[in-house]
Amino acid sequence: MKISEKWLREWADPNVSTSELAVQLTMAGIEVDTIESCGTGLDGVVVGRILTVEPHPDADKLSLCVVDVGAKKPLKIVCGATNVHEGGRYAAALVGTTLPDGTEIKRRKIRGAISEGMLCSARELSLADDADGIFEFDADCAEGAALRDVLGLDDQIIDLDLTPNRADCFCVIGVAREVAAINALEFTEPEAVAIKPTLKDTFHISLVAEDACPRFAGRIIRKLNMSANTPAWMQERLRRSGARPIHPVVDVTNYVMLELGQPMHGYDLERLSEGIVVRYAKPGETLALLGGQEIELTDNVLVIADANGPVGLAGIMGGESTAVSEQTIDIFLESAFFAPSAIVGRARRFGLHSDASLRFERGVDPQQQVRAIERATELLLAIAGGEAGPVEEVISEEHVPIRPEVPLRLERLARVLGVEVPPEQVRDILERLKMDIFFSNNDWRIRPPANRFDINIEEDLIEEVARLFGYDRVPETPGHARMQLSPATESRLRIARVRTALVDRGYQEAITYSFVPPGLNERMTGSPHHLELMNPISADQSVMRASLWPGLIQALMMNLNRQQTRIRLFESGIRFIYQDSDIIEEELIAGLAIGDRTPEHWEGAGNSADLFDIKADIEALFALTGAADEFSFTAAEHPALRPGRATRIDRSGQQVGWLGELHPGIVADFELQQVPLLFEISVAPALAANRPVYSEISRFPAVRRDVAVVVNQAVPVAEIEAAVKKVAAPVLRELTIFDVYSGKGIETGRKSVGLGLILQKTSRTLTDAEVGGVIDTVTECLADKFEAKIRE
Amino acid sequence: MHDLDELISCAQADIAASPDLASLDQVRVRVLGKKSELSIRLKRLGSLPKADRPAAGEAINQAKQALQDSLQQRRSELESQHLQAKLNAAVVDVSLAGRGQRPGGLHPVTVTLERIETIFRAAGFAVHRGPEIEDEFHNFTALNIPADHPARAMHDTFYFSSGKLLRTHTSPVQIRAMMEQGAPIHLIAPGRVYRCDSDITHTPMFHQVEGLVVDRDVSFANLKAVLHEFVEHFFERQAELRFRPSYFPFTEPSAEVDVLSESGHWLEILGCGMVHPNVLQTVGIDAEEFTGYAFGMGVERLAMLRYGVSDLRLFFENDLQFLRQFG
Repeated sequence: MKISEKWLREWADPNVSTSELAVQLTMAGIEVDTIESCGTGLDGVVVGRILTVEPHPDADKLSLCVVDVGAKKPLKIVCGATNVHEGGRYAAALVGTTLPDGTEIKRRKIRGAISEGMLCSARELSLADDADGIFEFDADCAEGAALRDVLGLDDQIIDLDLTPNRADCFCVIGVAREVAAINALEFTEPEAVAIKPTLKDTFHISLVAEDACPRFAGRIIRKLNMSANTPAWMQERLRRSGARPIHPVVDVTNYVMLELGQPMHGYDLERLSEGIVVRYAKPGETLALLGGQEIELTDNVLVIADANGPVGLAGIMGGESTAVSEQTIDIFLESAFFAPSAIVGRARRFGLHSDASLRFERGVDPQQQVRAIERATELLLAIAGGEAGPVEEVISEEHVPIRPEVPLRLERLARVLGVEVPPEQVRDILERLKMDIFFSNNDWRIRPPANRFDINIEEDLIEEVARLFGYDRVPETPGHARMQLSPATESRLRIARVRTALVDRGYQEAITYSFVPPGLNERMTGSPHHLELMNPISADQSVMRASLWPGLIQALMMNLNRQQTRIRLFESGIRFIYQDSDIIEEELIAGLAIGDRTPEHWEGAGNSADLFDIKADIEALFALTGAADEFSFTAAEHPALRPGRATRIDRSGQQVGWLGELHPGIVADFELQQVPLLFEISVAPALAANRPVYSEISRFPAVRRDVAVVVNQAVPVAEIEAAVKKVAAPVLRELTIFDVYSGKGIETGRKSVGLGLILQKTSRTLTDAEVGGVIDTVTECLADKFEAKIRE
Repeated sequence: MHDLDELISCAQADIAASPDLASLDQVRVRVLGKKSELSIRLKRLGSLPKADRPAAGEAINQAKQALQDSLQQRRSELESQHLQAKLNAAVVDVSLAGRGQRPGGLHPVTVTLERIETIFRAAGFAVHRGPEIEDEFHNFTALNIPADHPARAMHDTFYFSSGKLLRTHTSPVQIRAMMEQGAPIHLIAPGRVYRCDSDITHTPMFHQVEGLVVDRDVSFANLKAVLHEFVEHFFERQAELRFRPSYFPFTEPSAEVDVLSESGHWLEILGCGMVHPNVLQTVGIDAEEFTGYAFGMGVERLAMLRYGVSDLRLFFENDLQFLRQFG
C-alpha cells in the first residue's frame, strides 16, 4: 500500500527523518518496501495564467500563448493542447528546467514562432500515467507559484508491504496509530463529524444475510454537481496513494477508504429500484460489473440487490447498471461491514481483486461505518454541493464481531520470549496499542481495539509486546540441547556417498524440474498415464515426471545446443507414478552419458563411451553396498532403450533399474549425432547395504588355470560364470573373464569365452590332482549345461 | 724404464680416447691381455739379472695397476654417459595433462543442502523428509491456514484433480513428524517445494529447509541464538542479524531475518517464529507444557548469496558451464 508521508504526519508526526520512520515501521512489522520522492525535477514548473491564445500562423494544431508566470514580462509559449483557455491557470515549465522524463526546456523556435517554455500535462510532469491536456490549477492559485508548493510535492511516497494479519494498517489513520504507538505519541482519533440532514428522504435497507453483513449504513444525497472538480489537494493525495482521480463520488469514497480504511460505494439512486437488500445470490443470477464484464453468481456469493436483482458484489465491486456517472444527480451511499468469511476467496474466484475486497477479506473495523459515511458526506457536499438525507443504519447486533478478552500471563510472556519484560512496560505497550486492560491480581485480560482482527490468543499479545519492546532487544540465549547421538548405519548406503561416487566417475549433478512435457514423459516411460497438474505453468511443464530421464534428456539437449560434446549428467530425485490408483513417490538415481569415454587427451582421439563404460559406473555403485553379487543384468526390452542393448537390473530377483542405449527412434527424433547411454536405479532396494563379515584368509599359494570354452552366441556369459562359481565354490577364490571371441577359427553362431580360475584353499596347498579335478568338474558342468566345448 | 712410462701414457691415451664400452674392451685386451706388451715383459722377467727382477716386477705391476685404474675410470665414465643418454632419450613433458576420467561435480543446491544439514546435524537435529505431493490438511489446515485464508493466496499452489497438491513449503514435514513422534522433537526437513509462479526471481520449483524444535522451555531467545550461529557457520564470517516482526500463520510471534551484507545492505534470508499453539494442538502436543520454534529458509537464496549467483533460473538450466563452477 502506498501512503503519503505528509498525510501520515498530519496524524502522527514523530521527530524522526523519513528513513528513520521507515526503519521504525519495518522493525515493527510494517515492512517498508520503497520510499519514493514526489516531484523530483519539478523545481522549474510554476503556475502560468494564460493571457491570450492565438492560432499558430504556420501550424494548424499549435497555438501561441502569452503566459503570465508572475515575472515582469509574460512569456510566449507555443502549445499543442486543446484544453488551454484564456484566463486558465496551467503548469508552465520555465527555460532551464529538466523534467522528470529528462526533457530539457530551452528557448527555441517552433515552426518559426519563439517558445520560451513549455505547458505540461500531468503525464509530462510524471504526476499521472496518462492524461489529456495540460495540467490545470484551481483558479485561486497565484501566477508564478511553484508547482511543488501548490501540490505539496515536498513529500515522500512510502510503499508498505503489509502482511495479511495487519488489515488495520490499510489506511493512513491505521498506520498513524502504529507510528504513534511506536513513538509513544499521544494519538487523537479524527473527530467524528455529523452532517445535519437537509432532506428527509431515506432508502429502505434490509439485511437478509445478517451474519455476513451485520451492519449497513446508507444515506441519500441529492442534487450533486457531478461536473465539479475534485480539488487538487485531494487528487494529489489519491495519486500518491496509487488511485486515479475520476469524479467526485469515486474520489471521495476512495479518499475515505484511504483515510479510514472503510471501503464505500455510491449508487445512482435513480437507477435503484425500491430498496437495498443484502443477501446471498440465487443460483443462476447474473451481474454485469463496472467495466461491462458479466458474471454468473452462485449461492455463496454475497450481493447487494434491489427489487430487480443484484446490483453489486458485496465488498468487491459495484454493478454497471447502477453506476454513478457524470449524468448522475442523486446517489445512495453505502458504508457497510461485511464479515471476512463472506468475502474471502470470492474476488479470487472471479479474478476481481479490488481495494475493497482486499480490505474486507482481511477485516474492516465494524464500528466505523457511520463515522465513514459522515466523513464522506462532509467531503462530497463541500466538493459537489447537494443535500444529504439522514444516515440510516441497520444493525444485527448479535452478528457484529466483538474482540474477545484475551488473557495474558506475564510468566508465559517471559517463557515464550526468553526475556522478562517489566510489567509496567508491558502495560505501557498495550496501552499505546489502544488495548483495554483488565487486571485482577496477576491475571491480565486484554481487549484489543475493534480493528485488530489479528489478536485472538495469548501468543498474539505476546507478539504485540515483543514487537514494540523490540525483537532486537530479545537476547540470544543458547538453548539446552539434549545430548543426542547420531546413528551410523551400515544397512543403507547414504545417497551422498552414491553422489560422490558418480561425481568421481566424471558425472555432473543436475537438478531438473519435477514437471515435464507429457510427450517426452510418455516417450521415456512408454506409459500414457500421466499425473497431470490442473494449473501448470505451461504445457511443457504439465505432468509429473514418471522417470528422471525426460529432465536429463532436456538438460542434454540444452548442453548440446551450447556446443558441449561430452556430457555426463546424473540426478537424484523423486519420480511420481500411479500404482493401484495411489500416487507413489519413488526415489531414483539416474544418469546419462554421451561422447568420448574420457575427456579429449593429447595422446589422441578417444573412443565413444559404450554400454560397458556406464555399466562399470553402476557396478562401482553396487560394489559400495558390499553385495555386488546380488545384482544381475538381464537383456530386456524398454520403450526408451535400444533393443539388444538394454538391460534390466535386478537385485536378488527384484527389479531395481535399467541401463542401455537410447532408442534409435528417439535418437532420430532429437537429431542426435551421438547415442546417449542412460541408467536409472531405484534407491531404496538398490542401495540397501550389507555389513561386511570377516571370512578367513588363506596363507597358502593360489593356482591360476585358464580355460577357454566355445558356446552358443546366445548364452550369456553371466550364466557361465554363475555355473562355474557354483560348481567350483569351495576352492574358487576368483573368476575372471579374460576373453570373449567370435570369428575366424570359431564356428559361426558360437563364441569362445576365456575363463581365468584362481583356486586356493585356506587349510593347505592344493595338489595338481585336485586342481585338475576342479577343472574337469567345471568343463563337464559347462558341457552339460551349455554344450560348451573346450577350445585348444 | 723410460719406455715403460711411455707405454703407459700411450695406453692411457688410447683408454681415454675409447668412445664406447666395446672399444674400451678392445683397448683393455691390447694393453693388459696375454699378448700385451706388459704381459710379454712380465714373462720376460726371468731373463733379467736376479737383482733387477724385484724392481722390474714392481714397475710392471704398478704399470698394470695404473692401467687397470684408468680402464675402470673410463668404464665408469662411459657407463654414466650411456645411462645419461638413455635417460635423455626418454624424457617426457611432465606439464602435459594426466590420463583418464575427470571428476564431475555436485549441484550447488546439493552442496548448500549438505552444508546446512551438516551444521544442524551436529547440534542434534534429525533430518526428516516427507512427500512432495501433499494434501490440504498437512500443507495448509494443520499449519493454521484454513480454507480461504488470505495466506493461501500467497502460496500459488499447484493442484491435481484429486484435490492433492504439490507442497508449497517443507512445513508439512513438521506436521507429519510431530504427529508421529510428538514432543520433544528437534528436526530439519530439507526438500523440493513448488509454487505456481515463474519470472526472473521465481522458479516454479525450489528448495527449502525447515527447522523445528519443540521442547520444554524453548524460547524466542533460543531461536535467535540458533539462527545467528547457523548464519555465521554458513557464511563462515561474523554476521550481524536483524529479526523483524512478520507474519506466518503457523508461528506466533513471527519474524523475518535479515543479514547485513558485506556491502552494508540488509538481505532477507529466512523466516521463523514460535510454533503457533493451534499447530501444536492439531498435532496433539500440549502447548502449555511445550513451546517450540520453527524456521524456514530458501536454499537457492542462500546459495546465491554464498556463491554470488545473480540469476535464480541458472540453478535449473543445468548448463555445464554453470554446474562445473561448483565442487
